[in-house]
Amino acid sequence: MGVQVELVDAKSLVFDSREHGFNTELGDMVYIRCISHFRAQMLSATLESIGVPCVNSHSVLERCSNKMLTTLALERGGIPTPRTLMALSAEGVPQAALSLGYPVVLKPLVGSWGRLVSLAKDRETLNALVEHREELSNPLDHIYYLQEYVRRPPRDIRAVVVGDEVAAAVYRVSADGEWRTNVARGASTEAFEPAGELIELLVKAADAVGGGVLGVDAMESSEGYLVHEVNGTVEFRGAQSAVQTSIPRKIVEYLVREVKK
Amino acid sequence: MEAVCSECEAKIIVPDDAIVGEIVECAECGTEYEVAAITEVGVTLKKAEAVKEDWGE
Repeated sequence: MGVQVELVDAKSLVFDSREHGFNTELGDMVYIRCISHFRAQMLSATLESIGVPCVNSHSVLERCSNKMLTTLALERGGIPTPRTLMALSAEGVPQAALSLGYPVVLKPLVGSWGRLVSLAKDRETLNALVEHREELSNPLDHIYYLQEYVRRPPRDIRAVVVGDEVAAAVYRVSADGEWRTNVARGASTEAFEPAGELIELLVKAADAVGGGVLGVDAMESSEGYLVHEVNGTVEFRGAQSAVQTSIPRKIVEYLVREVKK
Repeated sequence: MEAVCSECEAKIIVPDDAIVGEIVECAECGTEYEVAAITEVGVTLKKAEAVKEDWGE
């Protein structure tokens, strides 16, 4: 493809603000695959400060690593998304839940793989969840992101959107005894060919957060598709096991096009 | 390639096509290691980072 590629372990990098650079040469563009959201954010911010573009960009990584920022971007982009309320302290949670109606979904602002995503079927359960959250030491856990519970089949849609193309899409089917559809929670994947209207929505959702290489998650509701999440460092083990298309190839082709621009 | 688990001393088989940064697991005790270096002498492993709150997609 006419480009030279080097794998760099982000954990080994040191940035010097005076020297405007890192302790190693990082080339013309960096594709960030850090598993740590904060590491990815700091790496992208510093890279962009010295004129090295990265995929995804700092603003996209920041937006996607915080569920409220993602929601705001989706709303701003006119993307149908579940109704979301944010309470800035535990005090506001009962009022937010009343407004949404039970059951409600409680999610951490930062987190992945369905971790700490909880379904509160009634006020007692929600109170218990809030009590536990208040015991956590991270101040971010004391801001409450509550979402309407969308009645949907026991599955959602994961699309890997690369640039302006849906590289692959799968259904993620919840494991037995589990309502969450994360592959990390045991969900299985099935190939799925989205129709034109859905493709348009998925690409538009990726654009709404800034575009790049993204994992867009959508649900089938009685009122149509709702996009509930956009992932900035998309994982595709589950998706790749269900589709013929090579997702890494699609990503590499996109990166080569971007670096040659 | 082979290495020894520092926890249970079992033998860990590292695939020949492994690259630096790859995660391997001890089949006996489940401890996860990261490939730190591959040289002509062999493979060096270091303990892999544990899952943190901000890990994920």
